[in-house]
Amino acid sequence: MMTTTHGSAIAATGLRKSFGDKTVLQGIDLHVPTGTVFSLLGPNGAGKTTVVNILSTLVTADAGDIRVGGHDIAVDPQAVRAGIGVTGQFSAVDGLITGEENMLLMADLHHLSRSEGRRVAAELLERFDLVEAAKKPASTYSGGMKRRLDIAMTLVGSPRTIFLDEPTTGLDPRSRHTMWQIIRELVSGGVTVFLTTQYLEEADQLADRIAVLNDGRIAAEGTAEELKRLIPGGHVRLRFTDPAAYRSAAAELREVTRDDEALTLQIPSGGSQRELRSILDWLDTAGIEADELTVHTPDLDDVFFALTGPAGVPNQPKENVR
Amino acid sequence: MSTLSLAVRDSGTMLRRNLLHARRYPSTTLNLLLAPIMLLLLFVYIFGDVMSAGIGGGGADRSEYIAYIVPGILMMTIGSTVIGAAVYISMDMSEGLIARFRTMAIHRGSVIIGHVVGSVLQCVASVVLVGAVAVAIGFRSTDATALEWLAAFGLLVLFSLAFTWIAVGIGMASPNAEAAANSAQPLILLPLISSAFIPADTMPGWFQPIAEYQPFTPAIETLRGLLLGTEIGNYGWITIAWCAGLTVLGYLWSTAQFNRDPK
Repeated sequence: MMTTTHGSAIAATGLRKSFGDKTVLQGIDLHVPTGTVFSLLGPNGAGKTTVVNILSTLVTADAGDIRVGGHDIAVDPQAVRAGIGVTGQFSAVDGLITGEENMLLMADLHHLSRSEGRRVAAELLERFDLVEAAKKPASTYSGGMKRRLDIAMTLVGSPRTIFLDEPTTGLDPRSRHTMWQIIRELVSGGVTVFLTTQYLEEADQLADRIAVLNDGRIAAEGTAEELKRLIPGGHVRLRFTDPAAYRSAAAELREVTRDDEALTLQIPSGGSQRELRSILDWLDTAGIEADELTVHTPDLDDVFFALTGPAGVPNQPKENVR
Repeated sequence: MSTLSLAVRDSGTMLRRNLLHARRYPSTTLNLLLAPIMLLLLFVYIFGDVMSAGIGGGGADRSEYIAYIVPGILMMTIGSTVIGAAVYISMDMSEGLIARFRTMAIHRGSVIIGHVVGSVLQCVASVVLVGAVAVAIGFRSTDATALEWLAAFGLLVLFSLAFTWIAVGIGMASPNAEAAANSAQPLILLPLISSAFIPADTMPGWFQPIAEYQPFTPAIETLRGLLLGTEIGNYGWITIAWCAGLTVLGYLWSTAQFNRDPK
């Protein structure tokens, strides 16, 4: 397959990798246009980190044609390295020296001049809200601060393509939102972001395109909307408190899924305004008054479970069996 | 930038980082010096009277015993200081820093070179420190010429380099800093079963080969010869062979581990 590298930050075809007799990636194709966020989604052990390690030149693939930033990874890995920034799953900061010294170390390794290095370091420390902590050893930082320092270090060389391997794992909600903001800003500056995550909401929030990796294969790929359309599951849920009202409503509405215990009815619906209005009209005509009405659209969770569930087991909502 | 100037520049950066660690955490280095200094004081002031009776055909006084054990203590200082390199390397590996460096367009080996040069410099500083303690308690070199001092210095650097490479290999093979510190312990225990504290020929016969055929004994005997004018004999060449062998072994072991794909 021919992939033009013009306008694509990452292009990989037939990517394969095994460790010993364990096959981790069994031939995957990836195409990430420049200036977009691509999210690789998958359960633990799906091979996400291996993909990042290969694309970032850390691990060599067994097979596959891979180009990052237009450079063939097998031919000129050093040129690939010059254009990328990598933030691994665990914060790779030197805990023994201060945040500022970590930044200056990166500046030196990118061969910036002393004054340029100081300027870039100060700018990034400011941007990532680390000025106060800059003179403290990085080992004293909180998880969120270490992550921010890690990303700040990654940005020192102004990389055009950034790999973020589960950047928000272990962060509290506020730090997570800060991280999302950072990623959005990066992309608005024209940077390409390759992101792995196990948080579906994260992919939904950030990614232009999402690929679901399962068992070493891409199980599905597309925009969040496209993926959600892959599986049915949207519905309107009516909840009743009065069992009598529930029973009469259930008798009236035939095309519904009943949950007699929770006194709820589920009416299949895509969740559009038009559909909702017709459901409401229908309920009014039938004289049904639910105590609560909620709209449930399929989210990436549904997609994720549908695509990454064990083969042969249909996507069933988990029931409490006791 | 040419490969060589890239190597020099990046290795220099890595060395600065290494020396920054040493400067920021002097206690780490000083802790490693505790063992040789304690042993020096212990053997001289506590065991000294009994120990000295066993050398020079008996009747040696304390100052002669100081002279006898200081070369061994200095070599032991090197064995102890390089443990720091093993610990720092394993920290870099386990904390993902080495992985980070490997995804950057820098000279690949610079991080290791920085550690090795840093460790050798630290060894020299440690030897000077422990040597100062030895001089303070009465150690004096007898009529060593400038050339002999230079040779002694060269010997210490060579020995430091050899043991640093072994320590780097140990550090890379260890899953974390604690494991590295434990695995590197033999480097400080080895001098105890050498001719550092008592002459090898006063040891039980079955044990003598163990003391004889290890790197510390020839190195210590060579240093003794240079500083105190004792017989060096073949020990000089044997020491150089040991150092060269350990350097090559440590280098090959370390680079093989470094070049392996991380899991």
